[in-house]
Amino acid sequence: MQEQELIPHLFRTEYSKITAVLCKHFGLAQLAIAEDIASDTFLTAAQTWPIKGVPPQPVAWLYSVAKNKAKNYLQRNNLFENKIVPQLKNNIPDLEGPGIDLSEQNISDSQLQMMFAICHPAIPAEAQVGLALRVLCGFGIEEIADAFLTSRETINKRLFRAKEKLRLEQVQIEFPGAVEINKRLDNVLTTLYLLFNEGYYSESQNSIVREDLCLEAMRLTYLLIENEKTNLPPVNALLSLMCFHASRLEARKDNNGEIVLYQEQDETRWNQELIAKGVDFLRRASGGNTVSKYHIEASIAYWHTQKRDTHEKWENILQLYNRLLQLEYSPIAALNRTFALAKANTMNDKTQAIMEAEKLALTNHHLYHALLGELYTGTDNAKAIDHLQKALALTKTTAGKNMLTKKIVDLEEKNSC
Amino acid sequence: MDEFILIFRHEDGSKIASPEQMQIWMKQTMDWIGGIAAQNKFSGGNGLPFDDARVVKHTNHNNIVTNGPFGEIKETIGGYIIVKADSVEEAVEFAKGCPVLQGEGNSVEVRKISKKDGVH
Repeated sequence: MQEQELIPHLFRTEYSKITAVLCKHFGLAQLAIAEDIASDTFLTAAQTWPIKGVPPQPVAWLYSVAKNKAKNYLQRNNLFENKIVPQLKNNIPDLEGPGIDLSEQNISDSQLQMMFAICHPAIPAEAQVGLALRVLCGFGIEEIADAFLTSRETINKRLFRAKEKLRLEQVQIEFPGAVEINKRLDNVLTTLYLLFNEGYYSESQNSIVREDLCLEAMRLTYLLIENEKTNLPPVNALLSLMCFHASRLEARKDNNGEIVLYQEQDETRWNQELIAKGVDFLRRASGGNTVSKYHIEASIAYWHTQKRDTHEKWENILQLYNRLLQLEYSPIAALNRTFALAKANTMNDKTQAIMEAEKLALTNHHLYHALLGELYTGTDNAKAIDHLQKALALTKTTAGKNMLTKKIVDLEEKNSC
Repeated sequence: MDEFILIFRHEDGSKIASPEQMQIWMKQTMDWIGGIAAQNKFSGGNGLPFDDARVVKHTNHNNIVTNGPFGEIKETIGGYIIVKADSVEEAVEFAKGCPVLQGEGNSVEVRKISKKDGVH
């Protein structure tokens, strides 16, 4: 790897580990300091490596520099006596002894515990995702702002408030007890799910950031699976879901990085290895007796790895959406369910599907109009065009706009014939 | 928004129909419930199997336990769902779509669920 690529690469992989370990050591109230020391470590690397050359073991170098900086910081600021000791009465870290532990085990423990801390119920969901990106994935403020389609300032404010909240609530970096784990795990999974979706469905034009979001969400979910306390059925189901979706990451972008819609994708480019992994995690998720929404969504995603339109496929998808909606309503699930209904129950024309679609009354949603446009096509083309135009006005992505424009032009041509 | 319970009364399907027919009814029921859930109007529900059913009745100062049926054969409760609706009329519109109503004499009873506010 070239030197100018090496530091950003290491930043992405090591920054969050260093931050998590330092933070565990100092306490979560000192999150900002942990982040500063981690950033500072990379600054030193960027300044010295070009002159002295890249050290033979760059990661070990970073860890030892981070450790020294942490020690210096503690000594220089007397933080140790004034702030840390009163907080850690029974658990005084020995700075000269084993000290800051950057072993593989402690890194993954610290990151897992950090995940549970960030997903504390006191922190709003949006801020949890932002914090996870910053602290657990080492994303820059710019990248986070880009992913959320918002400004740096907004993100800075959001992160600042979230950190304040962590401090005020005195959230600890520790594994919650067995009972608490299940309660907190829901939040953790929601955050990871949002993190993945942010990458998969983001309207941001930056496809590299989008993919990184997906991969980071998968890495963190895998961290949960590697720990026996959190290797639970819903976690496996969530990772299965992510694998199935991620199998299309390559096929869904063209040479210019633009999104290629599902129907237009070349399925030979779908990643079969990830699909097989998805099947494997779904099988592992089948232990236990609760069916989470991740189980259902993973099963739906499994059927979407079969591109061929069969009645079996759509009937299964329809029944899965029927169950998903009973568990948890969302407009997207409602729209997708109605699309599946149209595909599965077409024997008595499309009237039933149209009726059910109109009952959803999601008139501000571009997919609502796209769906009705699709369903009215062939039955009432004037109505179809009307809906497609409404969808076009509401949609934001280029791929979506192109597809809708093409459909409208096709229909107008047919109508004028 | 209020909650209404939709109570299905019908014959034991397994006594009068083939497994294939039962499967069709099951799909229709799931699609009907899915349609309500897709409007964000579904609150909960359960099927009530006809086996392991008993009636405890107070007769002549004694509690008598009998196996089902529980009155008229078409009036046995086979399941229920709870929906969210602004009015009883809206709840009735949901009830009209219930596949149970394909059977002559079957019924869906619509009842408002009391709010635990001490008034209703």
